[in-house]
Amino acid sequence: MSKSKHPLLQVKNLHATAEGREILKGVDLTVNTGEVHAIMGPNGSGKSTLAQVLAGHPAYAVTAGQVLYEGKDLLAMPPEERAREGVFLAFQYPVAIRGITNAYFLRSAVNAIRKHRGDEELGPVEFMDALDEKLKAIGWDSSYLTRPVNDGFSGGEKKRNEILQLAVLDPKLAILDETDSGLDIDALKTVARTVDKLRRPDNATVLVTHYYRILTHIEPDLVHVLAGGKIVKSGGKELALELEEKGYDWLREEAVVA
Amino acid sequence: MTEIADKTARYVADFEAFARNGASGAPAWLRELRQGAIARFSELGFPTTKQEEWRFTSVAPIADARFTLQHAARSPLPGHADIERLCVGAGPRVVFVDGRHVPALSTPAELTGGARAGSLAAALRTGADSELTRTHLARHARWRDSAFAALNTAFLADGAFVHVPADVTLGQPLEVVFLSTGQSGSDGPIVSHPRSLIVVERGARAVVVETYAGLSDGVYWSNAVTEVAVGEGARVEVYRVQQEGPRGLQIATTHSRQERDSYLGLHVLTLGAALARHDINAVLDGPGAELILNGLYLLSGGQHADHHTVIDHAQPHCASHEFFNGVLAERAHGVFNGRIIVRPGAQRTDSKQTNNNLLLSTEARADSQPQLEIYADDVKCTHGSTVGPIDQTQLYYLRSRGLSPEAARSILTYGFGAEILDRMQHPDVRERLDRLVRARLG
Repeated sequence: MSKSKHPLLQVKNLHATAEGREILKGVDLTVNTGEVHAIMGPNGSGKSTLAQVLAGHPAYAVTAGQVLYEGKDLLAMPPEERAREGVFLAFQYPVAIRGITNAYFLRSAVNAIRKHRGDEELGPVEFMDALDEKLKAIGWDSSYLTRPVNDGFSGGEKKRNEILQLAVLDPKLAILDETDSGLDIDALKTVARTVDKLRRPDNATVLVTHYYRILTHIEPDLVHVLAGGKIVKSGGKELALELEEKGYDWLREEAVVA
Repeated sequence: MTEIADKTARYVADFEAFARNGASGAPAWLRELRQGAIARFSELGFPTTKQEEWRFTSVAPIADARFTLQHAARSPLPGHADIERLCVGAGPRVVFVDGRHVPALSTPAELTGGARAGSLAAALRTGADSELTRTHLARHARWRDSAFAALNTAFLADGAFVHVPADVTLGQPLEVVFLSTGQSGSDGPIVSHPRSLIVVERGARAVVVETYAGLSDGVYWSNAVTEVAVGEGARVEVYRVQQEGPRGLQIATTHSRQERDSYLGLHVLTLGAALARHDINAVLDGPGAELILNGLYLLSGGQHADHHTVIDHAQPHCASHEFFNGVLAERAHGVFNGRIIVRPGAQRTDSKQTNNNLLLSTEARADSQPQLEIYADDVKCTHGSTVGPIDQTQLYYLRSRGLSPEAARSILTYGFGAEILDRMQHPDVRERLDRLVRARLG
């Protein structure tokens, strides 16, 4: 793949249902390498569904459309293959797993991906060395590694844990599903700084968010509004500010008029 | 003769032979105890599935067969290597083969600080220990309520005797190993009735590991009873590992009684036997006592294991935390019954109970029954139980991080066990049990 800017993700007329109800009704979206996109929209507009469909959640059925990731059919890949190919979703509601330490979980994930890439798997000691700096970046000490995955974590700790995974797994396409929700300002800054540092010309980030706040820390190249299962408006970062001031209702009216 | 009488009559006859022969040197109180116990067994008979406490567990494989006592020391002795494989470390150990103490495989009974760990048969014979056994033996076990505990008491002859005097700390885990050879005697398969007494006095500290293991795939029955007395302010961890042979049958009862401000951690790992029933009766009998009851059963094939626990809050300001997890594969059947009794006056009781069962096949089965009986008003009691297959959300979460479905399932299954292992405080013991769990889950 060339170093120059190219489409990493192409979503074309994507329709998806959950429990027989259509939630995505024809989403079109292209994300190029080196870009940060923000997907905003009111509650229930399909933002999280889009994020989960891209990661391969089994509860959603794609009924029409196509998703190309680096030119390959993303929807044909099982979730683990998407992850190994470099797609990462930071969950809105991270899942707790009792009995498994965060360190073991992280190392298993890293090694699954390294193995896929043909790299040597990391032993516990090498892994801890590699992790050290990333832990510091999110303001954690190693005590979080010996705790069970997300078990007994506060909402903010769970979100930080997602960002730690993001930093450790270093994906090409990072999708952050409302990672900013429920974070206090310090946590938000830490998360934003970590995400910002991971930006490179060969990767891309999709921020799914309800709030303008995070976009003051991570500047998006493009902002999209998802409403009623479709992207109804796209624009530059000034669109986010407009949404912050005017809310979403005017877009619905605009959509109806159009 | 009724069918029940017929089944018990064989054991009564065996008892008479036992009372005439090997048991004749026993002190009078013990002879009396045994007589009372065989009479009680005869009255109770083997339980049937019509009895509430035995609803899910049929003991027909025991009641319908003929098991005899091993009279002579005919069993071929296992080698040191067999014992090493079953032990955590190189600390003190007491080894029994088919119910008989084997000094050659055991360490000397005398431990530091005047503590002792040896054979109950020997303790019953000598002065000070004999007094101690008289004070404690059959005082904690409610053998009158259980045919199996009664039968064990009737045939009470040997098992482990552990005494830790006041304020003594055992430096290393003490290991008690009960091996069954699975070799049949001339009259068919054999039964052993291991009887252990663990007395930890005021302010003392001890870690005891009880291992029950089978050395072959022969049919045998092990009917064990262990009594644990925990003195004021003492801290005790008892680990019980059950690795009986694939055709072994095990019925066991653990009875504990705790005095004020004591701590008891009772950890159970059930891996073996075709049929296993383990009753745990824990009495918190002094204010401020704390109990952790922490168990894991991993079953596969056609294994059946039933854990019945009764936690009796007899005094105020006590805490009990109970966690049992089960992983059931193939056609395995796990039963958990957890009763918590809070006696009148046992105010400020803090009690928590959970039982989670993971079903790895559609043919596996788990029955989980919590029972709370609360007779005090100022208490905090919670309980919860789950039975189900692997959580799809957890599975997806792990897959979304690059793990294969097989690896994800394996991690989640292990996590079910690790949650229990994590509560085991002694690092060496936990590590050994962790290895057993990993080996079992493959």
